[in-house]
Amino acid sequence: MDNSATTCVLPDVVREMLPYYTKKYGNPSSLHYLGEEAENAITKARTTIAKAINASASEIIFTGSATEANNIAIYGIALAGKKNGKTHLITSAIEHSAALNPMKRLEKQGFELTILPVDSEGFIDTTRLENAINEKTALVSIIHANHEIGTIQNLREIGKICREKGVPFHTDSAQGFTKTELDVKAQNIDMVTLNSHKIHGPKGVGALYIRSGIKLEKVFDGGPQEFDIRPGTENVPAIVGFAKAVEIGMRDYEQNTAHMRSLRNMLIDGLLSIENTHLNGPKGKNMDKRLPNNANITFKYIEGEAIVLSLSMHGICVSTGSACSSHALQPSHILTAIGLRHEDAHGSIRYSLSRFNTKEEVEYVIEKTRAVVEKLRKISAFVPQ
Amino acid sequence: MAMQYTKKVLEHFRHPRNVGEIKNPDGVATEGSPLCGDMLTVYLKVDPKTHKVKKMKFKSYGCASNIATASVISEKAIGRTIEELEKMDYLTAARELGGLPPVKVHCSVLAVNALKAAIRDYKLKQGLISKEETPLTHDAVMNELAKVINPEIGISIVRLKMVRNVKIGKDGTVAVYISLGNTDEKFAENISEEVEEHVRKIPGVKKVRVAIRK
Repeated sequence: MDNSATTCVLPDVVREMLPYYTKKYGNPSSLHYLGEEAENAITKARTTIAKAINASASEIIFTGSATEANNIAIYGIALAGKKNGKTHLITSAIEHSAALNPMKRLEKQGFELTILPVDSEGFIDTTRLENAINEKTALVSIIHANHEIGTIQNLREIGKICREKGVPFHTDSAQGFTKTELDVKAQNIDMVTLNSHKIHGPKGVGALYIRSGIKLEKVFDGGPQEFDIRPGTENVPAIVGFAKAVEIGMRDYEQNTAHMRSLRNMLIDGLLSIENTHLNGPKGKNMDKRLPNNANITFKYIEGEAIVLSLSMHGICVSTGSACSSHALQPSHILTAIGLRHEDAHGSIRYSLSRFNTKEEVEYVIEKTRAVVEKLRKISAFVPQ
Repeated sequence: MAMQYTKKVLEHFRHPRNVGEIKNPDGVATEGSPLCGDMLTVYLKVDPKTHKVKKMKFKSYGCASNIATASVISEKAIGRTIEELEKMDYLTAARELGGLPPVKVHCSVLAVNALKAAIRDYKLKQGLISKEETPLTHDAVMNELAKVINPEIGISIVRLKMVRNVKIGKDGTVAVYISLGNTDEKFAENISEEVEEHVRKIPGVKKVRVAIRK
């Protein structure tokens, strides 16, 4: 149940990719038939993905990952803006590090960075956003759907404000794409980052939508591939796989999201029936603004890494926002941004479903979680008397 | 990121020894805090004649390392005299477990600290030591700082010569100046928190200020 970390690649996707490794292995830049064949495959993939978000094919570039797409978008727009005296960036307190860290680095290099706070469910205040934009703002980058707590921002509203003020709007949709609405025209989005391996596509490829007319400063130099923005020989098999995963994801959108939503709700209800737990992120009337596959629960009085390892021993994969399991020994900045105390952040677990999870699996997970929590609470020094 | 735990750590995590409480313990202490995700309470029963630890129980809040280090220390403590245990080296738990990842070495320090604090509590209760305030000295601060582990490397910040300066004010304010050197600055906050937590415990300390720079 850790599908927000990565997903299995669909067999149809693998089948689609294989010929591009052994038979149709041309370099798309080559002039001969092998190259042309590879280039056509990329063009077809580009079109498929563009259609899925209501964009044109020429507005899609392929990258090596969603993180790379974020970097190209953020550095590209910021450095272009700097040339025109625009040195202000706006983002949210719950960004993925793949978007936050580039902006933090730009801040060290002299950019002014406004980090919009979020409410207890992870939503930004769009009025605050509107007030934060000034004549020096080069970019607004707000994550579409949060990877930890599932909050889906109101892109339509954010896009409208940015378009009115003439400020480029980028969104990281690694988790949102094919799980909730993403329409670049309706939502006035200028750039969007897309992820392959979170939607049953292969790793090693990502995509960035760049609205025609948006000028990016190049961050990489080399050949002229991907409209002169992302040099390097294209990962044709992965690109083909990505597009196939998107095609299947969009085809099965209604049924997948309904299935995951129903299991998610069942999982949340079951886990919350354990004492001293609470749900993190959108709840109650805002459940429709929560990723259909995400559940994030705090189990009070016990620690996340211990929970994750214990569940792993029962064949269950989840992740945690605990400090002990993070690189820098700090609790997840997303959980602290929504106001969780450190000890509650340490005890938080993210369960993220896929289209393949079943009711039986959810029941098993609830049962084993209950057992693990009971065992760890018996050991805990922190259970109040 | 996978934790690379040894088999022994996982074994002690799955089946921790001596978990529980002792009613009317001879010595008891809690180290760490839920704020930093690491807490341990140690309960002791000590033979007053031989000073041997008859029983040790613990309750812990924390990760797999936290539980495993407490478990392995409890095995080492039972049957030994408190005088022997007072000399226990802070990396004992890490060694007994066959090693810990650098970011987890501080759990070994916590386990040994908690045991020693429980022994101190026993001695106070028995009147073997008095509660006189030890003067707030540079040495007292350095002793506490020696227990702060650099999580990137797994070695004490004092041994790594990261402590640039310590200033003790007459009003009980302690200022600690740390140099990160080559350590990744993402660990700055954690090191600062650990320094503050350890130095705050020294009797006479009213306030701790930590300044970290490259």
